[in-house]
Amino acid sequence: MRRSLLFIPGNNPAMLRNSDVFESDAVIYDLEDAVSVTEKDAARELVSGFLNCAGALPMEVIVRINGLDTEYFSADLEAVVSDKIDSVMLPKASAAYLAELDFLLTEQEKKKGLKKRINVVPIVELASSVLQIDEIVKCPRVNGVLLGAEDLSGDIEVMRTKKGNEILYPRMKLAYACAAYKIDAIDTPFTDVNDGAGLEEDCRFVANLGFNAKAAIHPNQVPVINSIFVPAQKSIEWALRVQEAARQASLKGLGVFSLDGKMVDKPVILRAENIIKKARKYNLI
Amino acid sequence: MKRGIAGSLESNDALITVKESDKLEITIKSVVYDFFHKQIEKTIRDTLSELGIDKISVVCEDKGALDFTVRARLITAVKRMEASK
Amino acid sequence: MKNVLQRTVPEGFKAFAGSNAYKNFKRRTIAEKHTGKGFISLKSVSDMFDKLGIKDGMTLSFHHHLRNGDFVLNMVAEEIKRRGLKNMKLAPSSIFPNNKILVELIENGNVTDIYTDYANGPVAEAISKGKLKGLCVMHTHGGRPLAIESGDLHIDVAILAVPAVDKEGNGTGTAGNSACGSLGYAVSDLKYADKVVLVTDTIIDKAENPQLEGKYVDYVLKVDAIGDPSGIVSGTTKITKDPVGLKIARDAAKLLDELGMIKDGLSMQTGAGGTSLAVAYYVREFMLEKGIKGSFASGGITGYFTDMLEEGLFDELYDVQCFDLKAVQSIGKNKAHHAMSGSRYANPYDDNVVDKLDFVILGATEIDLDFNVNVTTDSHGTIMGGSGGHSDTAHGAKITVITTNLVKSRLPIIKEKVTTITTPGEDVDVLVTERGIAVNPRRKDLLEKLQGSKLPIVPIEQLLETAHKITGVPEKPEFSDKPVGVVVYRDGTVIDTIYKVR
Repeated sequence: MRRSLLFIPGNNPAMLRNSDVFESDAVIYDLEDAVSVTEKDAARELVSGFLNCAGALPMEVIVRINGLDTEYFSADLEAVVSDKIDSVMLPKASAAYLAELDFLLTEQEKKKGLKKRINVVPIVELASSVLQIDEIVKCPRVNGVLLGAEDLSGDIEVMRTKKGNEILYPRMKLAYACAAYKIDAIDTPFTDVNDGAGLEEDCRFVANLGFNAKAAIHPNQVPVINSIFVPAQKSIEWALRVQEAARQASLKGLGVFSLDGKMVDKPVILRAENIIKKARKYNLI
Repeated sequence: MKRGIAGSLESNDALITVKESDKLEITIKSVVYDFFHKQIEKTIRDTLSELGIDKISVVCEDKGALDFTVRARLITAVKRMEASK
Repeated sequence: MKNVLQRTVPEGFKAFAGSNAYKNFKRRTIAEKHTGKGFISLKSVSDMFDKLGIKDGMTLSFHHHLRNGDFVLNMVAEEIKRRGLKNMKLAPSSIFPNNKILVELIENGNVTDIYTDYANGPVAEAISKGKLKGLCVMHTHGGRPLAIESGDLHIDVAILAVPAVDKEGNGTGTAGNSACGSLGYAVSDLKYADKVVLVTDTIIDKAENPQLEGKYVDYVLKVDAIGDPSGIVSGTTKITKDPVGLKIARDAAKLLDELGMIKDGLSMQTGAGGTSLAVAYYVREFMLEKGIKGSFASGGITGYFTDMLEEGLFDELYDVQCFDLKAVQSIGKNKAHHAMSGSRYANPYDDNVVDKLDFVILGATEIDLDFNVNVTTDSHGTIMGGSGGHSDTAHGAKITVITTNLVKSRLPIIKEKVTTITTPGEDVDVLVTERGIAVNPRRKDLLEKLQGSKLPIVPIEQLLETAHKITGVPEKPEFSDKPVGVVVYRDGTVIDTIYKVR
């Protein structure tokens, strides 16, 4: 369960060393687009070195490696898989690539004797991946999917706009697929880092579509994202009242009851429980 | 002569240049020299011994890099030197 | 001799005995020096030296509101050099990199003593290298007026750069090519120096509400230019863009809110540094959100505060020096934006503004486990700043918050002992860093209020440990035992000694 995922360029020591202080739920150490082709080796070494020695790491550590179709993929995977990371982010994902990645990760985990199972966050950024979303969300290890709007709009040859009509279809499709499999629907970053109001509007819009998280490309975006992808105080209060009413009802042996004149049944109770869980996690209760 | 360079002169980074040599030479310039030159030298020596190298020339121009950065830049520089055949 | 903080006090100086010790003494003032007659016009700097009989061993004072664009101190320095005067004592309220000509004068013995509140650049480095024959005496912005009015710092001639002077000899900072706004730090020099010269490039008919009154002025010298406007005020002062600085500022504002400090009638001051200023930005957001109206903001004033004044978030601004163009423009036209003198700002015995502050946000070059703060020297011991108003506001404000990165470059900002004490830990209440907030254990009241807070509040020892985990433990630099300066607390006692660097 995430709200914000912050990209940190992999070859930047100054950013790396402070990457844990920005209060994002996950940090994505980027070996892909933020690193020039001449520095891929240096970034790989730096990120793995950092993760191995850092005293404090973010709540969740994700590394975005280079895609399966690149010459950097194997070395990236070899360098980054360790107990220090929680997830691997895979660019240009497809169901076939994800199956292959699962196999390779299993191999790495065995070889290195990892105590944990590495999760995968695929990026949907090709038209073909959009059509495959329901396959992608079912792939092993996948616990969230990031929409990559910049590459996607390139792939379908449309202009990327702030309003984002061009990505409405993939957004909706991704939100539904993720909801169906109870994994995180993570929205594409808002690229104008100086437009705080625009970011807020964008977050609200996709939150209403069913997204529960958004990637950030600048630390200053994190507080806004966190404040929106979180249950509002009103819904927390509502959820707590539902929970209490449900407790009372079950004492009386009632399955269905009413609160404020509205019927409360199991799905409503579950929704309330989810809100409370999330609110607890983010220190709001 | 083979050599390898890695890193940068950005703040919190280090620019490390390694060259083949018949002895071990370590040169350190640092913005925090008075406070950390011993620590930087130790990191360089430890990393070299991990890599099994005992003869090399290392020039480290440090802009306040932490140990993990010095180590990573040195490893990259050595790998680049070895690849520069 | 050691003072109460166990720092050495050179012979001939009084030892610091606590930040409230001044209350045990009465204010002493020498008589103000009215001229009783009009002023005399001078033809040139050389004419000034002749007419005033400026000679070996005299003390000349200056103010620093033209900051890094000031020409006046440098003109006088040139003349001292040309005439080969010896053993001069200079008392500029601050020294900036553009005053580098003083290095030569120090090396040649033309200048042997310096009294200042802040020094940065080549002159500060020369002093640290032990080139000054006497000791560099570093006052606070509130301590300097006290030293002057008591006669402890006797000024033979105050040579005051003034952006515009009227026909009666009244001086103002709000007109002229080198307009710099408030001239607060020049007021004590004006009133108590034996002789006063205003140096200007602009003569006007009548100064509105002049900050420097003509009745104290003996001479006026008109020159082509007193300063370079580009070095005087920056166009705009901007809050930091550094995400670490912004996080620190956000947490500081949240902390102030949890402490109940963001309330109607609040009064505040921040430094002009990017992170301190960013705290003002977030405090403003809280004020707007909650519909809160403050009473005043003070200090060096920036456009952020003049905007807040115009938005109605403060009733008044008390301005001792303007940091940017917006502040200069505002002080010239907004009646609620008042110029104040250095004495009114921070003199411990005056009815001062700092004592009325609810909270102040300050920076630190180093802070130690006793919460002592250094803003005077870097970790090598080289002078690169000075108190300015740091220890004055820290003492006056109900809550003093230090905002700083825990680690800069590879250096932890927290030390077991700071290299130089500028502000005593008894006046420092909270330290906010990107990796945690430490509250001074002396402030049990604050710790109590913060119980159950979600902010990362930890003992300062833990922050030191965190810093060392990141950087490694730094080696201790070696210092010589030759003093080159003293840090004088606002009451005139010595809080620490500055040593020659190797």
